[in-house]
Amino acid sequence: MAELTSLPEAVAALVRDGDAVAMEGFTHLIPFAAGHEILRQGRGDLELIRMTPDILYDQMIGLGAARKLVFSYGGNPGVGGLHRFRDAVEHDWPRPIELEEHSHAGMANRYAAGAARMPCAIMRGYLGTDLAAIAPVAPMTCPFTGEQLIAVPALRPAVSVVHAQEADRAGNVQLWGIPGVQKEAVLAADRALVTVERIVDELTPRPGGVVIPGWVIDAVAEAPGGSRPSYSLGITDRDNEFYRFWDKLSRDRDEFTAWMREHVLDRARDAV
Amino acid sequence: MSAASANGAATAGEVQTVVAARRLRDATSVFIGVGRPSTAAILARMVHNPGLVLVYESGTIGAKPYHVPLSIGDGELAQTADAIVSVPEMFNYWIGTGRVQVAFLGAAQVDRHANLNSTVIGDYEHPRTRLPGAGGAPEIAGFCREVVVIATHSTRTFVSKLDFRTTVGHGDDPADRTRLGLRGLGPTAVITDLAVLEPDPDTCELTLTALHPGVGVGEVREATGWDLAVASTVAHTPPPTDEELTALRELLNR
Repeated sequence: MAELTSLPEAVAALVRDGDAVAMEGFTHLIPFAAGHEILRQGRGDLELIRMTPDILYDQMIGLGAARKLVFSYGGNPGVGGLHRFRDAVEHDWPRPIELEEHSHAGMANRYAAGAARMPCAIMRGYLGTDLAAIAPVAPMTCPFTGEQLIAVPALRPAVSVVHAQEADRAGNVQLWGIPGVQKEAVLAADRALVTVERIVDELTPRPGGVVIPGWVIDAVAEAPGGSRPSYSLGITDRDNEFYRFWDKLSRDRDEFTAWMREHVLDRARDAV
Repeated sequence: MSAASANGAATAGEVQTVVAARRLRDATSVFIGVGRPSTAAILARMVHNPGLVLVYESGTIGAKPYHVPLSIGDGELAQTADAIVSVPEMFNYWIGTGRVQVAFLGAAQVDRHANLNSTVIGDYEHPRTRLPGAGGAPEIAGFCREVVVIATHSTRTFVSKLDFRTTVGHGDDPADRTRLGLRGLGPTAVITDLAVLEPDPDTCELTLTALHPGVGVGEVREATGWDLAVASTVAHTPPPTDEELTALRELLNR
């Protein structure tokens, strides 16, 4: 059953050094506040899992918190590259990072297999690409039709972290808008932490709303504005200017480090 | 944008966007990423095909954006969509099944069989430039009914050999897609800022089939990193109409 707790307490209880951590949110509902709290608490040597690393993982990689990245698209959507991610891969700064990369379809199916506690998912794809040589995937033959298919291994994060609009006092969570792979990530993990914009007495059904029952979540923490500069549909707007700003700021190691110190590490919590 | 340029002749980039939008005149649905493909698809809805269904990788199906979105997951896409689905559903039920008719894709490198690289420049283990990676491209190119590649024409992009094959276009020969189980037609056109290239029906090798206004065959061949084949008859792209250009500039000014 989900415990309603503060974000620092939730991170301290659920995220450990060396963990495989999945923080999901497909452009929408990216759990920035939780990621920043993980950095503030000095968690390190993490295996970071995320379809689209986005600015959040750029920040975590740039501060040296990750030993490995599992992903499918490491860009700043609509703006360009992720400079801290690039610096880590191209120049081992601030430390070398191991990469495991897939396509979006591969990652999505891997999460779904993890949520189902299946060892793998079966799909079409990868064949004929160089991804097939670098990703841990295996060709297989359909036992019924003989069709050549691909098996991708299940993703089983030690801990998954997602952000949602609302939770009730029993820790049941509802998110709406672009649902990404958040439900799959929560159900695939051993432990799950959900941050929410607000705690409400009762969840009101929303069109397209995804409800995650509190009893599959370990901790729910209120974090208003916790997806900024991403957004929480209906509550906050995506800060596109920040995504453009990041492209300039993050090119320089010293400017990046100073910015992170001032805006993340030296604060008790994220500014709202 | 100043009044002078709003009335001025179309830039090469504008021509590229207009040509891409025309390609969607009779399409039922189009899968798009951000940037020029998104601009072209919104323009197509404005001037050619108001019923065109826009599908974004974020899960928004039937989005009707008024502005060109910065990301594939901007709030306006979710607010205007007919349906919003999860990522597993998007790839397994909508893309993998061939339900989407046309896909627009970009890439850092394109080879003569329209295979694409969006992963690295240089060696994979020690890349000169680390690019974002595959995203949805491999399965989008595999299973949407046809693919239109949108790329800027230069020898940096149009290369004789990819540094990494992220996405299969036509593979190494015309039988490759069938052998690999890729069910869509694959790339049917590459629209650049200079020209349109289309795969030869027999060899699947990209061939110059149309030149944009003011562009010559020599210029296109020089901007291509292999000995580009030229169709026996090369068409001339009709210049953007006033309606197209005005709508495009108005859209980008919103």
